[in-house]
Amino acid sequence: MIELAQRSIKRLSRPSLRFVPVWRRNFLVWRKLAAPSILGNLADPMIYMLGLGYGLGAMLPEVGGVSYIAFLAAGTVCFSTMNSATFEALYSAFSRMHVQKTWNAILNAPLDLDDVVLAELIWAASKSFLSGLAILVVIWALGLSASPLSLWVLAIIPLIGLCFGAIGLAITALAWNYDFFMYYFTLVITPMIMLCGVFFPTEQLPGAFQAVASVLPLTHATALVRPLLLGSVPAGIALHVLVLAAYTLAAYGAALVIFRRRLLD
Amino acid sequence: MEVLSACDVHKSYGANEVVCGVSFAIEAGECFGLLGPNGAGKTTTLRLCLGLIDPDRGRITLGGSPIPQQARQARLRVGVVPQMDNLDPDFTVEENLLVYGRYFGLRERAIRQRIPALLEFAGLAGRARTRIQTLSGGMKRRLTLARSLVNDPDIVFMDEPTTGLDPQARHLIWERLRELLAQRKTIVLTTHFMEEAERLCGRLLILDRGRIIAQGSPRELIAHHIEPDVVEVYGDGVSGWAERAAGLALRLEKTGETVFCYADDPRALLAALESEHGLRYLHRPANLEDVFLKLTGRELRD
Repeated sequence: MIELAQRSIKRLSRPSLRFVPVWRRNFLVWRKLAAPSILGNLADPMIYMLGLGYGLGAMLPEVGGVSYIAFLAAGTVCFSTMNSATFEALYSAFSRMHVQKTWNAILNAPLDLDDVVLAELIWAASKSFLSGLAILVVIWALGLSASPLSLWVLAIIPLIGLCFGAIGLAITALAWNYDFFMYYFTLVITPMIMLCGVFFPTEQLPGAFQAVASVLPLTHATALVRPLLLGSVPAGIALHVLVLAAYTLAAYGAALVIFRRRLLD
Repeated sequence: MEVLSACDVHKSYGANEVVCGVSFAIEAGECFGLLGPNGAGKTTTLRLCLGLIDPDRGRITLGGSPIPQQARQARLRVGVVPQMDNLDPDFTVEENLLVYGRYFGLRERAIRQRIPALLEFAGLAGRARTRIQTLSGGMKRRLTLARSLVNDPDIVFMDEPTTGLDPQARHLIWERLRELLAQRKTIVLTTHFMEEAERLCGRLLILDRGRIIAQGSPRELIAHHIEPDVVEVYGDGVSGWAERAAGLALRLEKTGETVFCYADDPRALLAALESEHGLRYLHRPANLEDVFLKLTGRELRD
């Protein structure tokens, strides 16, 4: 186990571009099936944002000092990016690994498992980038954010995508069927959406929940994106970025170790 | 020149030793068979040779590279036809080849130039734009074979290449494998079709419970392990007949309602059978399957 971890970490330090053809494979599939994918990834969060933002928002005074839809906009960018990366790293990666045996085919070529897992991570982040970007474009178009600082969100979205892509891959490494993912959604993703400042400020929560929220990655994502969209520099940027990066690296390392044990032993 | 060698290779899963001390050496241009019942360790041996799993002990060299240390480099010159089809179901025939070629670092244009010849070879000319879901089992297998050749490999590993195919499809695959051999490619084949091994393999080894229990050319194995003539006898009262006929054959084996009689000279046996009206029989030369069953036994393996 320790030796395996060491080997994985050693390989981590030797990055290679071999993942590119695997990424291109996934991209080609996406291009062929883009219409439903775009609909699911973009229309769904948009409907939530506009429906809740204008519908529920009409009944609310300001939330966090701004209109509810302006508040919700940042939450939707983070939530949508997270969801898109998560679905890709769970269901789609699992299909490729376990159901279609695409990974087995790739591993017979001159590629290593690490190349395949890295490709999955970057692919999940790429796809989620599109989701986050689309919401951002709508936010700009609706005039919900006019600050040039909001351009920095383009740099934060990939970090959110990598973070939740990596966590999703670690879960996939443990999964033996699709049902297993329900645990992750019900026990991790859904509570996180409620706790981490997507729909309402974390400060509304009782103290214990706030403490839990403070260690969850989505909290740090919304803490970065919301001020940027509203035109101010986030407080504690380094901390938030570090937490997201730490989740990414730890989850990716764990995913590699578990995938290796599962597929190469 | 040796293209693949294994020396005293061991691999265990927990307490279960799946490959125990397997050694062999394969020369360029050979068709080498790995035979054995289910669970004998054939697929594990292939995976070890490809460097997909690490051996507990032993040395493996593939195309001059030590395995698993330089497995990735070695696989540049290798093609693999896996036991289960793992074509990309969302792609067309052509896209499957193109995408797979990219994994070898081949240039797009080089792959595209190769595709017509590969499709021709696989009997899939004109199907470049067909979707995978609409292909028959035999076509998928042939496409998998074409895919394994996209990098023009020196050595092709085939894990039960004809399992589940109808006779027409099987014969076509065999014909293509002979063409590959004529091109001086090396083939390593696992199968549990003895007929396939007998037709294609210059040399083979029989694995059972992870150990090599016999090796040689199909002819050598038959000559060494088994009597040259076999008479299979079926019908009512075959058991009683077998007791009376014990002296007529060197060896008698009864399974269910069939008696297999192995003999150097079957004439007396055949003469005796002529007068038995309730029985049917088949007289044939001994084959690899007889050797296989003698060495690995007749009980079922799961």
